[in-house]
Amino acid sequence: MRADPTEYELVAPGSLHEVTSLLEREPGGWLPIAGGTDIMVQYAAGKLAARKLVSIGDLPELRRIEVADGEVRIGSACTYTSVRKHSIVSQEFPLLAKAASWTGGIANQNRGTLGGNIANASPAADSLPALLVYEAELILVSARGERRVPYLNFHLGYKKMGLAPDELIRAICLPRRYAGYHASARKVGARNAQAISKVCIAALGRVAFGVVTDVRIAVGSVAPVPMRLTETEKLIVGRAINTEMLSSSRKAAAAEIRPIGDIRSTAKYRAAVTGNLVVEFLEQLRQSEAGA
Amino acid sequence: MTTSGAQVNLSLKVNGQDRDVRVYPMDRLLDVLRNDLRLTGAKEGCGEGECGSCSVLLNGELVNSCLVPVLQARDAEIVTIEGLAQGPRLHTLQEAFLECGGAQCGICTPGMILAAFHLLEDNPQPSLDEIREGLSGNLCRCTGYVQIFEAVARASRSEPTE
Repeated sequence: MRADPTEYELVAPGSLHEVTSLLEREPGGWLPIAGGTDIMVQYAAGKLAARKLVSIGDLPELRRIEVADGEVRIGSACTYTSVRKHSIVSQEFPLLAKAASWTGGIANQNRGTLGGNIANASPAADSLPALLVYEAELILVSARGERRVPYLNFHLGYKKMGLAPDELIRAICLPRRYAGYHASARKVGARNAQAISKVCIAALGRVAFGVVTDVRIAVGSVAPVPMRLTETEKLIVGRAINTEMLSSSRKAAAAEIRPIGDIRSTAKYRAAVTGNLVVEFLEQLRQSEAGA
Repeated sequence: MTTSGAQVNLSLKVNGQDRDVRVYPMDRLLDVLRNDLRLTGAKEGCGEGECGSCSVLLNGELVNSCLVPVLQARDAEIVTIEGLAQGPRLHTLQEAFLECGGAQCGICTPGMILAAFHLLEDNPQPSLDEIREGLSGNLCRCTGYVQIFEAVARASRSEPTE
């Protein structure tokens, strides 16, 4: 059943202050909508539970990318297009720029936002593994003020997150400390554009004299939330990349995830592919030193 | 601020003309264009942002008009396929689609041409890969895409229409 527009309210107050005031008066009563690339799909299908929406996509406070010495701060309503075209983001955070480039087609990249990708909290969201490996922090805002929280563990369970009913994601902060890292991202799906991932990975690593000195690996579509493979990382750090290490990393990654079978893939396939993607990343990491 | 669930008056600049409409804020831009303004070039295919047949330009950006609540297009400049030709003179891209057989049943064509227009504005001499990426959100079930890519490449080699 198609949605009936007469049953919905949509307001566009035009300033962040007015939006947070509205959320303060009726916490949880208004669903923020930015580019609408997820919400309007549910709406068109007649499946949007919220009846009152507040537009935040045009708030100037949320559309800026600010570059400071220590971090890059991306406003939550910045689109994938603005993220992938930003020179510093694409140079220093290539995993995020790459994920933005394979999220939907161009029209969806022009509308979809990074904050929306977080708040929609899909386990298959393409940009979220990159935020995990870069150890992003979120600035949350409400009429009570702002607070800053690590993005790691922000997703508490399927579509559940550490956001109060009167709060809004204001910005995503990325620390500028990954210049010397080898970065690798890959999406496995039926097709790159538009298709939702079966598995996607983002990984960062450093290697010296053949030994891994630091590593961060995150995967999407393999658990109720996008996840860092912290156990697998522990097994990798401090070791030389050789056949035995690759084999144990593959097994650890496949064991650490919690995949399900759904319309896009099976749990068994996702576990096998996750192991393969971790091995592929480690092989590239080894070569990155050889080539440097 | 708009009132609850009620219709509102909005202005849109469509293909260079100021148009006033009375709409519900959550009406989809696609429906307002087709039903209120009788601009039926933008088509509804999937209605969920996958197929691109409802593509229009919103303040210069390619968007799926099925995913835009019309309130978010308030005071915006919109270009639909009807706005590309200048009177009887077709746009270079439209000519190229005709010459290369880039249109068969025609449902995807308006969106395909607008996606190509958006691409060439940003990148006047795209490679084949860049053309494929620029059109990757627009699905065609007739042509197999080859003639469409040829049409865009041909248009990129010709003189601009303006």
